[in-house]
Amino acid sequence: MQNTEQVKLQTLALLVDNEAGVLSQIARLFSRKGFNIETFAAGATENPGVTRITIDVLADDRNAEFMMNQLRKLFPVRSVKWLTRETSIYRQMVFIKVRADNGERRNDVIQLANIFRAQIIDVSLDTLTLVLTGDEEKVSGIIKIMKEFEILEIARTGVVAIERGSATINDKSKESGEFNYGKNVL
Amino acid sequence: MKLTGAEILMECLLEQDADVVFGYPGGTILNVYDALYQYSDRVKHILTAHEQGASHAADGYARSTGKVGVVFSTSGPGATNLTTGIATAYMDSSPVLFISCNVAENLIGKDSFQEVDSTGITLPITKSTYQVSDVNKLADTVRTAFAIARSGRPGPVFLDILKNVTAEYAEYEPLKRSEHRKSGRLKDLYDRNMVDFKPPSIDEEDIDKLVEMINESECPMLICGGGVVRSRSDEEFNRFANLVDAPTAITVMGGGGMKGSNPLVTGMIGMHGSQASNIACDECDLLIAVGCRFSDRVALDPDSFAGNARIVHIDIDRSEINKNVRTDHHIIGDAKEVLKMLNERLTQQDHTAWKEFVFSHPRETVYEDGGDTLNPKQVCETIARMLPQDTMVATDVGQHQMWAIQHFHFDYPGQLLTSGGFGTMGFGLGAAIGAKVGNPDKTVIHIAGDGSFRMNCNELSTEQYYKLPIITFIFDNHTLGMVRQWQNLIYDKHFSESDLDRGPDFVKLAEAYGLHGRRVCNQRELEKAIADALECGEGYVIDCMLDIDEMVRPMVGGGSRITNFMKI
Repeated sequence: MQNTEQVKLQTLALLVDNEAGVLSQIARLFSRKGFNIETFAAGATENPGVTRITIDVLADDRNAEFMMNQLRKLFPVRSVKWLTRETSIYRQMVFIKVRADNGERRNDVIQLANIFRAQIIDVSLDTLTLVLTGDEEKVSGIIKIMKEFEILEIARTGVVAIERGSATINDKSKESGEFNYGKNVL
Repeated sequence: MKLTGAEILMECLLEQDADVVFGYPGGTILNVYDALYQYSDRVKHILTAHEQGASHAADGYARSTGKVGVVFSTSGPGATNLTTGIATAYMDSSPVLFISCNVAENLIGKDSFQEVDSTGITLPITKSTYQVSDVNKLADTVRTAFAIARSGRPGPVFLDILKNVTAEYAEYEPLKRSEHRKSGRLKDLYDRNMVDFKPPSIDEEDIDKLVEMINESECPMLICGGGVVRSRSDEEFNRFANLVDAPTAITVMGGGGMKGSNPLVTGMIGMHGSQASNIACDECDLLIAVGCRFSDRVALDPDSFAGNARIVHIDIDRSEINKNVRTDHHIIGDAKEVLKMLNERLTQQDHTAWKEFVFSHPRETVYEDGGDTLNPKQVCETIARMLPQDTMVATDVGQHQMWAIQHFHFDYPGQLLTSGGFGTMGFGLGAAIGAKVGNPDKTVIHIAGDGSFRMNCNELSTEQYYKLPIITFIFDNHTLGMVRQWQNLIYDKHFSESDLDRGPDFVKLAEAYGLHGRRVCNQRELEKAIADALECGEGYVIDCMLDIDEMVRPMVGGGSRITNFMKI
C-alpha cells in the first residue's frame, strides 16, 4: 500500500545483461508488483554485454526500496541504484512540432524557444520543430507554453540520470554484497 | 564427441545425478524421448497422467530429497499444464528444473500447432527462464539451469528447447559438476557475484550484534521458516532454539525444521496459529525469524506484528528483508552457516518464567469426540500412532492441511510436503508420488480433502502402475471445508457453491484404478483400514467421513492483530 502523501517520481538506474527478454522481464516486474512505469530509457554502456536502464516510477520511499530490492534479485540484473534529486543529474529530450503558419506565430515560437534554449531543428511553411534537453521541470515547462500554440506532435525520451561526483552505480557496499550472496550460483 | 541435442540433454542430466524424470511426451519433445529410450537404463522416467501431476511429483521429489527435480513436457498445452506446478514450486522455493521443447525454429512465431510463448508465460513464476535455439549452447544452459535452481534461495527454472536443437549435432565434452562454474555462463555469473573474488561470507559483526540482542532479551521467541527446511539445518536450528531457550513457532513451510516433539515448540503461527504462538509473538521482546518471509498468513497485520519486540530476520534472500515486516536487524546467509556461527558464540540462556507464561496457553486445539463421525484430531492422532514416526506426509490444501500440520509432529526436513505459499489444491497426490519415488524406503501418506482429491485423482493411475504403496486419507466432509468455514464465519452462512454432495464414490474410484479403497466412519473402522493398508503394501485410499461443519481452530481473520482470535 502506498503512502499517498509521499508518492513521488522515483528514479531507479539499473545495469542489466544485454540479452533478449531482459527488458520485458524488468518491465513486467513493475506491472506484476502493481506499479506503472512513468518513463523507461535503455541504452548501451561501455561494456557491450551490459545495458543501462533508467526507470521513473511513482512510488513512496518504502515502495521504491521494495522495487529496488525485487530488481536486484533477478539474475540478469547486475546492479541497481536508487537515485535522488539531491545527488544526481537528470536529463530528458523532447521534440515538439508546433503549428506556425504565419510570420507572427513563427516569431513567437522562435522567441519562446530561445528563452528555453531549445533549438529549431526543422522548418516547413506551416510548422516549426523544436528540440530541447533538460530536466523534468524544463521539459514540462516548454510543453505547457507551446500548448498555447498548436502542438501537432511530441516525441519525448525517458529520463536518464547519473550521480554527481565520483560515486557510480558499480560501487560495492555491504548491501550489494548481501544481494550477491543470495545470487551466488555454487 | 558429436551428440544430438537430445543426447546432450541426457548426458547433462547424468552429470547432475538426475536419474529420475517426471514427464509426459508429445510432438516437439519426441527427439528427447527417443534419446531417453537409449538412456533408459540410466535415467528413470515416470509417466504421469497429466503434466500437472508430473510438476507436483518433481516438486515433491525435490522437497523430500533436497535434489533438483526434473520434468519433461511437450510444447503448448504441455507447457501450460505445468504452470500451476511451477508457481507452486516458486512460492515455496523448491528446486525443480522444468524442461519443455518448443516448435522448431522455422515455425517459431507463426502460431504453429502447439506453439506458445512458454518462456514468457513462466517468466514471473521462475528464478530464471532460458530458451535454447543453438545446440552448441545447450549443455552450458542446462548446467546453468541446474545451478540456479539449487543455489541461493532455491526455486524452479524453466528451460525451453527448440525441437530442431534436439535433433542437431554438437560437440559434447563431459564436465564434472564441480567444474561447471569454471566455464560459460556460470563462470560469468559466479565471477560477477564474487566481491573481489572472495567467496561470499556472512558478516561477523551482524552475528555478534544478534548474540548481544539475545543476551539482553528476557522474552525471546523464534520462528522456524521454510528456509530451515531448504537448507537442511534442522540440527543447527534445534540447538539454537535450545541455547536461546525460546518458545519456537513453526510456519507451514517450516514443518520438519524443528523437532515437533521439542518442548519449546508452540505450534503453528498466524491465521491458524495456536494461542501459545500468537500470544508469545505479541508479548515477546525479541523475535528471531529464520528463513521465513512474514507472509500475510503469518504476519496478518504487519504493523502490529510482534509490536513489542525487536525483530531480527535471518534469510539468504536480501530482497525479503523489510518486504512485509520492518525489521530491526538482519543477517544474510545460508541458515546452516548463520546458525552454526551463532551457536558457537551463544551461552545457554534460561527463560523459565517466560516459557511458563507462553505455555500456559494451549499449543494444540481440543476437538470434541464426533460420535458417529470422526473428528480431525482423532484421525491425525490415529495415523500418527499407527504409522512410523518418520512417515512422509504430503497434503493438499484446505482444512485437512491445517489439521495435519497442527497435529502431526515433524522431525526432519522434507517430512512434510505441502503447498504453503501458492495453496495449490491437488498438490498432494503428485507430491506423494515424487516423495515415494525419491524415498522408496519411507512410508509415504497423502492427506487430502474431498475437494482437493477430486482435482488430480487421475494420478492414482501413476501410483498403481509404478506400484507405489501410498496411503491416501481423504478428510471427507462433502464440502470445500475452508470455503465453507469462511462462509460460515464471514459470509452469513451463504454456502455458495461450496457443497460437494456429488460423486464419485472414492472407494470405487480407487478400485477402478486397481488400488484398494475403504470408507471409514469411526475410530474402529479407521484403525482397521490403516492396519489393512499397511499389510497389503499397495496403494490405498481411506475415505474418512467428517462432519460438514467442522472448523479449523483457532482462527484469526486476515489483516487482524494476531491475538484477535475469532469466536468459533
